[in-house]
Amino acid sequence: MAVKVRIPSPLLKLTNNQGEVSAEGNSVKEIFDDLEKNYPGIKERVYDEEGQLRRFINIYINEEDIRFVDGESSSVKNGDEISIIPAIAGGLF
Amino acid sequence: MGFVKGLICKECRKIYPKEALHVCEFCFGPLEVDYDYEGIRKVISRKSIENSPPNMWRYKALLPIDGEPTVGIHCGFTPLVKTKNLGKALGLENLYVKNDSVNHPTFSFKDRVVAVAVTKANELGMDTVGCASTGNLANSVAAHAAEAGLESYIFIPSDLEPGKVMSTLIYGARVIGVNGSYDDVNRLCSEIAMNFKWAFVNINIRPYYGDGSKTFGYEIAEQLGWKTPDNIIVPVAGSSLITKIWKSFKEFKDLGLIDKVKTKIFAAQATGCAPVTTAIKNGTDVIKPVKPNTIAKSIAIGNPADGYYGVKTTEESGGWGEDVNDDEIVEGMKLLANTEGIFTETAGGVVVSVTKKLIKQGRINKDELTVLSITGNGLKTREAIENSVGKISIIEPKLGAFNNLMEKN
Repeated sequence: MAVKVRIPSPLLKLTNNQGEVSAEGNSVKEIFDDLEKNYPGIKERVYDEEGQLRRFINIYINEEDIRFVDGESSSVKNGDEISIIPAIAGGLF
Repeated sequence: MGFVKGLICKECRKIYPKEALHVCEFCFGPLEVDYDYEGIRKVISRKSIENSPPNMWRYKALLPIDGEPTVGIHCGFTPLVKTKNLGKALGLENLYVKNDSVNHPTFSFKDRVVAVAVTKANELGMDTVGCASTGNLANSVAAHAAEAGLESYIFIPSDLEPGKVMSTLIYGARVIGVNGSYDDVNRLCSEIAMNFKWAFVNINIRPYYGDGSKTFGYEIAEQLGWKTPDNIIVPVAGSSLITKIWKSFKEFKDLGLIDKVKTKIFAAQATGCAPVTTAIKNGTDVIKPVKPNTIAKSIAIGNPADGYYGVKTTEESGGWGEDVNDDEIVEGMKLLANTEGIFTETAGGVVVSVTKKLIKQGRINKDELTVLSITGNGLKTREAIENSVGKISIIEPKLGAFNNLMEKN
């Protein structure tokens, strides 16, 4: 499944300043594994030392917070848009 | 000159310059203001504060501005009311109400944060201010922008109470109603903030803005005769106020202005939007966002920015969290009005009824000094009570008609 991922400004250096990149996978977790292959270092920024998504990051699939769905296991389908948004005050693109 | 060194990440402690920033670039944690407390200690004392005019700027050394305040000079120092009848009704002997429903100029505690944020926007040379708001912040940003001569863009959920919409438009603000919840509005504003370089008070000015709330706590401590209460009940939306009250008490102690802090901090939410009190009750600091459904719209934030810190605050202070349903909220508003003559908005009803619940649970004892945080004015949310306050008696303009009425009663 190919999805679009919107990159917040603190992570733009890792994606050569591309605000939107595409990635493959069937779940949020797989999407991040795929992103790490193309943009090494991105997982370290999004996950903490214990391998959990950082507390101050929220992930959305098409505007829906994944905490309302299945968290990292939430499934994604072709054409979905994933947003990575700092938790404080909603976002920072 | 003020005492702000810069900004610092609350989580990883990375430091940043004092600019319009709010998120740590590395760990995404929130930024907070880094003060020069040694410098503050040299200029602040009980006496220096007591000799200052009765407004929130008497604590200016502890606020994140570099020069003099440029707006909201008369904000703050609202009454701390020792209750008579409400205490009796609730079975408390030592109950106070901190009454920000009469704050200047827009009748809610938000005037404190906005006075700081708009002063900061001026200092940073920004010409347009904005906010995402559930209503009280909208009123306050619009009013202070008018005073400052700045443009303002106010984003609100499109189903907000008409009273709050009108009392924003009157100041000449551009008001945009967004079809969605506050959390949707907030997300949209975050994107707009990046594209337009405006001072969004609760987004890119947030670290400064939030510290205006500390004055609510400083005032309570000063007005109690330089001590903090045993208990304080605080309405929780994004969890900023509750966190800053706790910070204000600790700062006063660290600066030697009070001897000790033994205050339990209690979070109060509406059952229809209770992500923070739910986390507290479940013994976790992981906030599960909710879709709000409550008449307490001013505190209906389903994805609270500082929710984690709200939970930590109640835990650290030995407090707790509780929530009440819409009927209980209205009962709370009526009880405060009937007993003390104070007409608060729905969030205040939440605080009164949550307090009642906490007393019942044995978490608050009758002889303890307890403060209710009343943060907004009832005239703004009249819709919430229009069907539960009774009806007027209509008579002809004749004495006989009145006599008949009295006999019937």
